[in-house]
Amino acid sequence: MPLNELWFVLIAVLFTGFFFLEGFDFGVGMATLLLPRSDGEKRILINSIGPFWDANEVWLITAAGAMFAAFPHWYATLFSGYYVLLTFLLLALIFRGVAFEFRGKVDKQSWRKMWDAAIVIGSAVPPLLFGLLFASMIKGVPIGPDMEMTAGFTDIVNGYSIAGGVTLVGLCLLHGFTFITLRVEGEMRVQARRWAERLLPIVAGLLALFTGWTFVVTDLFEHRGNMLLPLVILGSIVCVLAAIFLRKGREGWAFGMTGSLIVLTFVSMFVGLAPRLMVSSIQSAYALTIQNAASSEYTLKVMTVVAAALLPFVLAYQAWSYFIFHKRITNKDHLEY
Amino acid sequence: MDIVDLARLQFALTTVLHFVFVPISIGLSLLIAIMETLYVVKKNELYKKMARFWGNFLLINFAVGIVTGILQEFQFGMNWSDFSRFVGDVFGAPLAIEALLAFFLESTFIGLWVFGWERLSKRVHLACMWLVSIGTMLSALWILAANSFMQRPVGYVINNGRAEMTDIMALLTNGQLLWEFPHTLFAAFATGAFLVTGISAWKLVRKQEVAFFTSSFKIGITVALISSLAIAQFGHGQAQYLVETQPMKMAASEGLWETSDDPAAWTVIASINPEDQTNSYELKIPYILSFLSYSKFSGAVPGMKDLQAEYEQTYGPGNYIPPVRTTFWSFRIMIASGSMMIVLGLYGAYLAIRRKLGNPNKLFMRLMFAAIALPFIGNTAGWVMTEVGRQPWTVFGLLRTEDSVSLNVSSGQLLFSVISFTTVYLLLLCLTAYLFARVARKGTIEEHQERDKDDPFDQGDDSIALK
Repeated sequence: MPLNELWFVLIAVLFTGFFFLEGFDFGVGMATLLLPRSDGEKRILINSIGPFWDANEVWLITAAGAMFAAFPHWYATLFSGYYVLLTFLLLALIFRGVAFEFRGKVDKQSWRKMWDAAIVIGSAVPPLLFGLLFASMIKGVPIGPDMEMTAGFTDIVNGYSIAGGVTLVGLCLLHGFTFITLRVEGEMRVQARRWAERLLPIVAGLLALFTGWTFVVTDLFEHRGNMLLPLVILGSIVCVLAAIFLRKGREGWAFGMTGSLIVLTFVSMFVGLAPRLMVSSIQSAYALTIQNAASSEYTLKVMTVVAAALLPFVLAYQAWSYFIFHKRITNKDHLEY
Repeated sequence: MDIVDLARLQFALTTVLHFVFVPISIGLSLLIAIMETLYVVKKNELYKKMARFWGNFLLINFAVGIVTGILQEFQFGMNWSDFSRFVGDVFGAPLAIEALLAFFLESTFIGLWVFGWERLSKRVHLACMWLVSIGTMLSALWILAANSFMQRPVGYVINNGRAEMTDIMALLTNGQLLWEFPHTLFAAFATGAFLVTGISAWKLVRKQEVAFFTSSFKIGITVALISSLAIAQFGHGQAQYLVETQPMKMAASEGLWETSDDPAAWTVIASINPEDQTNSYELKIPYILSFLSYSKFSGAVPGMKDLQAEYEQTYGPGNYIPPVRTTFWSFRIMIASGSMMIVLGLYGAYLAIRRKLGNPNKLFMRLMFAAIALPFIGNTAGWVMTEVGRQPWTVFGLLRTEDSVSLNVSSGQLLFSVISFTTVYLLLLCLTAYLFARVARKGTIEEHQERDKDDPFDQGDDSIALK
């Protein structure tokens, strides 16, 4: 496999991994608005992602770093082209990150309320914006012969991209609920499952709508229909399985299925895109590809060696940290602030 | 302001503010690792209490350091896309390796440390903090490797209109990095150490928890003194390296318009007039600049006018003189704060050895508290000198700042992001300072009683803990 192809796959894996992992902690963040009936329960929910959210976010940082190193033009075009969107994304992530740490530090109702709001907004806005970004990216944005992207508002925000954003928010919320069923005890566990059961058909509908829309407005199916069709069928099966596992109370499996939905969504996107990185709406020849946007052979080689040496350790200790904190959180002990 | 000015303003503000938090994380995680090591080795609960108390500061700070760090990574692509295209092949790799090698390590093991007090054995728990500490240092190493390339490009060829990497080991053995890394690293240790020492001094003046804060003071002052001396040593080396590789930056930081006499005198202060390229007032000490530049009391140091002529020959017409006043004064501010840190470190260590902390010299202890600010002033001034002194280049000799900016971003968009990020960063700075003050005021006694009332992330071990 040529190294630029390998790095395209690795970056796709990093983004997919990011949405699989941070997907559920975005979902839990949003769920703090919907689920807890008391401050103690809210605290349990926030604790359920306590040891993880930070490392989950590093998947995004690594994905962006890998883009910079392996495909500098992709990084430069995308980040400058989506300037305003990324500004809002960063603001949301900033407030979310400090909110977890700050909310309990001052024992005042108003203080906690403020950071609770930051957690909810900071968890809902990023998937929405990422949905806008990726959907508009596969539909095509104005990229000229010099690789500069000059997008207007409607190039980024339109019916299709909004559908993408809403779908991703729904996916994360659903994934968050199934994560909660795994991590807590008692009434919240029951409620989270109920929420997941009710949300599943809506998310399935959104996915169907978005897939159909993708068929119409993008060339992804034209381009890779033979590979995308099986993925779509697989996605439908996963939806059905998720419903079955939720009903049977097989929480681990249900979590696996909601995660699979996120994975299938992003895998489909990257499969439909390849070997392009960004589609140009001006002329297909202006698209960024894994050839014209890549780093030199030497840099890719160095990066490959480094990644091959480090990734096994990174995956191992992350898995270990999930193993260490695999037990459910309970409210047996006092929880009042 | 045009987009170059706005992009520079945003980079300067966000980087300086980000670099308030980074050295605290590097410094405090080392100190806490030392404290917890003492706990495991000496089996004295006092040190465990110490690791936990100072851990509160680390965690508050860590969160802010991370969220402001994401912006740093995104900013190159958002505001400096032509820079990213030009150097991405070289510059991107250290950033990606930083994430893979350092950020995962820090973020995973800080989670394990916070929530793992009861779930992990003592030694494994201690190893977690050391891994966090090593992670922060590795992060500094790789980001400074990238920065060193901007100061002194090595291990590349220009190909297809961009810099392409030819030798990663050249990046890691860059002479610039070999001075810059230890200099910055010890500055970060000193930042954490002066924070611990300063807060301890403040508590000792008030006679609160004397035993606890005496011990903290001792650990803090030891690290503070060693670090301050090391900063000076590596700083001296870096200055000499500067004379060789970036003489213009050195000349600007000395306000040296004409090439100096041999031996060269050191300008303590001067009134600089960049318009007519003269200094109207100077206070000089003979021989010292030669010593600073070459470690001997002879040798002339090239001045800006001669260098300008030389650079015009090499790089074509243009102005190659950086903002002289800024470079000159930031250099002096850095040296002044470093020197004060050494003096305070020495006297503090003397007091600790003479066991005079229980009945402290109030004036000195208050000075020690105020000295928390010194490393921050020094760090900021140091970065201003390094980055402003490199102008008009982003990558020295290869890429000018004006050619680095994103051309497809409008000044309106930039203005919006400058205003929003600056506001948010200043807010974060205030909130962090406020929370630091709260934690410091509370001390450790109340902390124990109010543990259940505290942040779930900090106190995950006893009540709510993931059981």
